Amino acid sequence: MAKPRVAIFDFACCEGCQLQIVNLEEEILDLIGGVDVVEWREAMSEQSTEYDIAIIEGSITRPEDEEKIKVIRERAKILIAIGACATTGGLNKLKNNFDLNEVRQCVYGEDGKMPHLSTAMTKAVDEVVKVDFKVHGCPMDNKEFAYIVRCLLMGKTPVIPDYPVCVECKQKENICRWEYGEVCLGPITRAGCGAKCPSASYRCFGCRGYVDEPNVDAAKDVMSKYGLTVEDLRTRMVLFGSKQGPTI
Amino acid sequence: MSTIDINVKHLTRVEGHGNIVVNAKEGKVEKVEWQVPEAPRFFEAMIRGRKYDDIQTIVSRICGICSISHSLVATKAVEDALDIKVSEQTDMLRLLMHYSEQLQSHVLHVGYLVAPDLFGAPSVVPLVGVAPDAVKTIIGVHRVANQMSELLAGRVTHPITLIPGGLSQVPTEKQLRELQDLLKAQVAPLVAIVEVVLSVAANLPAFERDTEYVSLKKDGEYTFYHGDIASTDGTTKPVSEWESVANEYVIEQSTAKWAKWNRDAYAVGALARFNNNAELISPLGKKVADMFGLKKGCCSPFMNNVAQLAEAAHVVEHSIELIDKLLTKGVKPEKVSVTPKAGKGHAAVEAPRGILFHSYEFDKDGICLGGNLCIPTNQNHANIQKDFEKFVPQFMDQGEDVLRQGLEMLVRSYDPCISCSTHYLDVKFV
Repeated sequence: MAKPRVAIFDFACCEGCQLQIVNLEEEILDLIGGVDVVEWREAMSEQSTEYDIAIIEGSITRPEDEEKIKVIRERAKILIAIGACATTGGLNKLKNNFDLNEVRQCVYGEDGKMPHLSTAMTKAVDEVVKVDFKVHGCPMDNKEFAYIVRCLLMGKTPVIPDYPVCVECKQKENICRWEYGEVCLGPITRAGCGAKCPSASYRCFGCRGYVDEPNVDAAKDVMSKYGLTVEDLRTRMVLFGSKQGPTI
Repeated sequence: MSTIDINVKHLTRVEGHGNIVVNAKEGKVEKVEWQVPEAPRFFEAMIRGRKYDDIQTIVSRICGICSISHSLVATKAVEDALDIKVSEQTDMLRLLMHYSEQLQSHVLHVGYLVAPDLFGAPSVVPLVGVAPDAVKTIIGVHRVANQMSELLAGRVTHPITLIPGGLSQVPTEKQLRELQDLLKAQVAPLVAIVEVVLSVAANLPAFERDTEYVSLKKDGEYTFYHGDIASTDGTTKPVSEWESVANEYVIEQSTAKWAKWNRDAYAVGALARFNNNAELISPLGKKVADMFGLKKGCCSPFMNNVAQLAEAAHVVEHSIELIDKLLTKGVKPEKVSVTPKAGKGHAAVEAPRGILFHSYEFDKDGICLGGNLCIPTNQNHANIQKDFEKFVPQFMDQGEDVLRQGLEMLVRSYDPCISCSTHYLDVKFV
């Protein structure tokens, strides 16, 4: 059987998720052995229009990028979105909280009126085309990425966690961030990261997006227990949750 | 004389999207342009209304490769605005974290992105077959740099522990001792990498252009983190006046913002730091520079790659020293408490690819009113253009392929971080 042809593309993002692929270090040599990487602009000079698996990093923020991702979708049998920018729109969606003309004005002043400085609302990849698999997180977890790629190579369906970060945080025996009076989004954020932030004594800010059915009432109970308000939580949900998913 | 038509759309093996356009007819250059069509992200607009302790989390996402630099400079600028002083322990641990990114980024750039050019390969992947030991050595040092980031920042990319006032978590003394052992074991592999690059260094194009170099400068220290802004033209300014150093401007030819200080362009990065601070680099850093004949005052942009190797050696050596100092004093968790107040703050650090400036303003509740950021690659765009204008006539006779390859290598030598530099720009070319 021919090796599947893989192409990696990036849109509006920091390219940190591609870096996580590089950060697999020796393991990347094994992964590359199982596939034929035909395009990866950040790491290789080769380019191609024929591929089976398209890996997409970044948000869609311009009309021309919508057209480009549609072409990629047509060519690819499987499309994987990697990282929060691609899976939920990520931090790029903070821009959507403002009037876009005003955003241009804020950054450019008078020059903001120039036509080439136009921008559109930030979209996650699945707001434009069908996405087959999502590797969540900012940045994505490269072990999870390698697991999903391996599953695909073996013809298996990967299992993505659908329970909150708190589950993994408890397994690490961390002291709850709420005990420190911090607004931690662990109760409503999808696990799979190994509770990295609470394990480094920092609150979860929801980079993996919401679990499919977040227990919002339980989160409210916790908040009232610690004397915090709904507004506190709402401002914290904005970083990686702007204009998406359940809100309180 | 030959006709040349080079149109490299989305240059490969660089961070972000850049185009190279060169047209020449019968030996006469008609057009030479370095273009940047990266998608815009508008960070300066997005930070408004966010709390002072979310800023470093947001702006870290400007760049995956230099996320520690962005988080660190943002944290320092917030601390300047809110008048927060940090402990000596915090300062040393942050510098150690900062070094981990320098090492990771320099090894990644020289080993994965530049080395293929020197070996005549399209990427590092075929090099695995040609020089497997060298590639594995590069991977080994890269992995240690990442382990160092993970220990100090809580994660390899997008640091967790950096917070205004200090660090959310500090490593244990045992972890620091283990890290020190790991770093000591990297000296030999690093020298091996240097020797591999030296063996193909003759493939770096012979090109020089008299250039102004700008970096941080501080007495007695090859600085990445403290000090004033200095130019090789002899001028210095405090960090709070960075806007009058960068003098960012928009020109008709390329809508990307460019920078200039004493001349019509300047360069930042490892070579700029070396040219301002060479006498302060560590013994091994000096040895690496000497192996390539790199001397203070060097004006070949391709030698930036060599300066990166010298700095990689320097940060390993200085990290080992820093850990000794930390262990002598003893490392203990520190409680951080911050009282918001109104104010404006400025900060600079040396990102791997050059000096990086952030400024923010906050209201009395610590809510961000606005900010201004100036990224190393922004400061290099004009200099890349000026290099192109000298490079093209010099190498035009060698044919389109040699010229294209040379221009691509020239851009790569700056280690551009185009996502960073267009964190706010939407640039289209017709």
